[in-house]
Amino acid sequence: MKKGLISVLASVISILVGLLFGLLLLIIIKPGMAFPKFGQMLTAGISSAPKLAKVLYQAAPLIMTGLSVAFAFKTGLFNIGASGQYTVGAFAALACAIIFQMPWYLCLLAALIAGAFWGVFPGLFKALFNVNEVITSIMFNWIGMMAVNLLCMNIKQDGKLIMLPKAWISGNGLTDRTVSLSVANPNALIPKMGLDKLLNSNYMNISIFIAVAFAILLWVILSRTTFGYELKACGSNKNAGIYAGINAKRNIVLSMVIAGAMAGLGGGIYYLAGTAEYTIQKALLAMGFNGISVALLATSNPIGTIFSALFISYIQVGGETLQPVYAKEIIDIIIAVIIYLSAFALLTKTIISKRIGTGTANANDKLGNPIPPEELKGRKAHAHAHGNKQKEGENK
Amino acid sequence: MSEYVIEMLNITKKFPGIKANDNITLRLRHGEVHALLGENGAGKSTLMSVLFGLYQPEEGIIKKDGKEVKINDPNDANALNIGMVHQHFKLVECFTVLDNIILGVEPNKFGFINKAQAREKVVELSKKYGLQVDPDAMIEDISVGMQQRVEILKMLYRDNEILIFDEPTAVLTPQEIDELMQIMRNFTKEGKSILFITHKLNEIMAVADRCTVLRKGKCIGTVDIKDTTKEELSTMMVGRPVQLEVEKDEAKPGKVVLDVKNVTVPSKLHSNNAVKNVSFQVREGEIVCLAGIEGNGQTQFVYALTGLDKMSEGSITLMGRDITKASIRNRAKAGMSHIPEDRHKHGLVLDYTLEENLVLQRYWQPEFRTGPFIRRNEVRKYANRLIDEFDIRSGEGPVTPARSMSGGNQQKAIVAREIDRDAKLLVAVQPTRGLDVGAIENVHRNLVACRDSGHAVLLVSLELEEVMSVSDRILVMYEGEIVGEFDPKKVTVQELGLYMAGAKNMYREVGHGGADNGKEKEA
Repeated sequence: MKKGLISVLASVISILVGLLFGLLLLIIIKPGMAFPKFGQMLTAGISSAPKLAKVLYQAAPLIMTGLSVAFAFKTGLFNIGASGQYTVGAFAALACAIIFQMPWYLCLLAALIAGAFWGVFPGLFKALFNVNEVITSIMFNWIGMMAVNLLCMNIKQDGKLIMLPKAWISGNGLTDRTVSLSVANPNALIPKMGLDKLLNSNYMNISIFIAVAFAILLWVILSRTTFGYELKACGSNKNAGIYAGINAKRNIVLSMVIAGAMAGLGGGIYYLAGTAEYTIQKALLAMGFNGISVALLATSNPIGTIFSALFISYIQVGGETLQPVYAKEIIDIIIAVIIYLSAFALLTKTIISKRIGTGTANANDKLGNPIPPEELKGRKAHAHAHGNKQKEGENK
Repeated sequence: MSEYVIEMLNITKKFPGIKANDNITLRLRHGEVHALLGENGAGKSTLMSVLFGLYQPEEGIIKKDGKEVKINDPNDANALNIGMVHQHFKLVECFTVLDNIILGVEPNKFGFINKAQAREKVVELSKKYGLQVDPDAMIEDISVGMQQRVEILKMLYRDNEILIFDEPTAVLTPQEIDELMQIMRNFTKEGKSILFITHKLNEIMAVADRCTVLRKGKCIGTVDIKDTTKEELSTMMVGRPVQLEVEKDEAKPGKVVLDVKNVTVPSKLHSNNAVKNVSFQVREGEIVCLAGIEGNGQTQFVYALTGLDKMSEGSITLMGRDITKASIRNRAKAGMSHIPEDRHKHGLVLDYTLEENLVLQRYWQPEFRTGPFIRRNEVRKYANRLIDEFDIRSGEGPVTPARSMSGGNQQKAIVAREIDRDAKLLVAVQPTRGLDVGAIENVHRNLVACRDSGHAVLLVSLELEEVMSVSDRILVMYEGEIVGEFDPKKVTVQELGLYMAGAKNMYREVGHGGADNGKEKEA
């Protein structure tokens, strides 16, 4: 338990230093407004019920992609393919909703299965041919996104496009976004159960509870079941896993399948809220890559993922209040700093445990594999190269 | 000039929850071999790390030639002419021998490395001290013994006068150990001083002048080797008299447990087979030892036997059941347990806690699971029982991360796990590698107890002493073949050595030059 406390402390310290850095940035850019705006940013998320709803609404898919990356990390794999799995999951959910007119829970199930299917390939390549999952999952990000674009633009019924129809939208031109769910199939919207009235926001639905439930489920699998024991054993020492009679290849595939399923479900949750439509994409969706940040900040703990996703969502909502005095992108910088720092979590943890004299001399990295800081920087840089900037589905 | 070249006075070094060194004083004379003896986790490596600048002590001072010095990092140690050969070598695998030796102190001209000059010095040093190396060989291609010579040359290249050897013999063959002892004696003739960390009493008796004994972080005393005996040293080290000889009754072999027929395993390195047509049986109630010099196919044979690797021909029968093609898990269920050769590669998940590692081979059994869930209370109970029974020492008991445990206790954990599985056949590969006498006594006693309770034990060992004292039957393996079978009571070590080196073969004529083939090929 002490070690858990130290992990949390390390993450909190990273967050505080990151925020301090953000404040410094604000002061440098425009000193007069820095403190009031900073205060606004920090409190925006709880300033009103609708804002809080927005935080929860954004956090739900973030938890899912965060879980996807975190689960893979715990089992020694780096799932950079969460974005592709997320996109494929989103498509499956929307297709089931629009074309097959299914209810929301079947759509979510479809999203889960589609994401899992997208995780199979990197898993199989890794298990059978020892191809690095980072490379295959990056490729499958693009394959997934392009395939979804292609499908959206070509699925016809009675000679008419239905995913991106003229028919649903007034005007003549073909739109670049999928049809609004509230028109096409209100049954496919994730139920709100009165939460929208409670928080006075159209964004609010039960997706946050779905996400939290899965986080708890994954935590139970990882820390309480023999299956999780096997996955983690193979993840941190494949040879020892084989020696213990564990089917390492099967576990690699399963691990990627579960990771993919989580990201896919994230896609379903986001688009079945009915507040955003899938738009034809030119670059990979950022939600999958933000999942990497979430997982790192949570030191790959599924329960921690809930809190880190909530935090990142909270600060993103807060960032909107910085406009127009400051650019909204300052939030991206603050988050980046926090992630950099949490990548040094090992270091921070060691320092803390030395200071308070608890834990062991060599505190273990919470990631399944110890990852050297340089590599993490590379990974983060990669995530950023794929553009945190682009928005994901236009809000209504 | 002071009588002592190095004095470590009243050194105390604490780690969270443990005093690794508690008020230890060690004085090293000019030109002596000073052994540092202690069980695993007694604080030997910590003390040497303090001297080498890797750790800073909380209390105590270090003096060089009578003057107090501060050693903040290995560079300071180097400047004071202190060099160290670590237990796990610090070499760059994909560099040549020469590159590794000059790494960090490359002679250069305007930023360009002057290798010719370096090579001259290295060749000269290697001739002078009889340290045979090929300066252009890649580290990954040379034997462990030669890698160690490279480490020693690294110290000499830096003109180190105080040489620390951290358990240098743990990875060496008997012949290589003899060579190393000779090299150490040559060094002291040159006036160099040696600190020799070990827990092998024979080596201390053979080469050391004095010996400081540590136990549980405390200094027990320093003795002159010529005034002491092995028994006295081991008593000082363990804190009680230790049985150095293995005590056992006559074996009473029963039914055949393991039947190996014509097993052939292809080599991963060359087109020849690593294991050729090996057949033998192990019966219940006997310890059969597979002896041989490292690299003669024992590892590959064990891999094939335990299912870690495939064999191309032959069959394996365990308790009357053909397991030639069985999975590892099914072999375990059929009654095979396995103490692996490489504890870090196969034996342990280092990121797991001790208790998690103790159930690595049985977490799937009904006693430890309810449906998909692990019964954590049962695991904890079981771990505590093994920790008590096998005296596994660690900082935080069952929840200690395996990575933070000392090598000897990691090995004890594996031995405990495998013996307690109560499998009909125990395959033990070098089960005492890197253990101290107390722990070796413990493992040997456990192996014998395992035999006496009707189990079959297949022991693979490189240590002739262990082979002679523990086994009931000895099979010698040379170049992938079994070349002889012996009764340990009726054979001498010298005779065994001839078979191990390929000079003799019980089953066929040996061609000319067979004797010196064996080792060179592996090197």
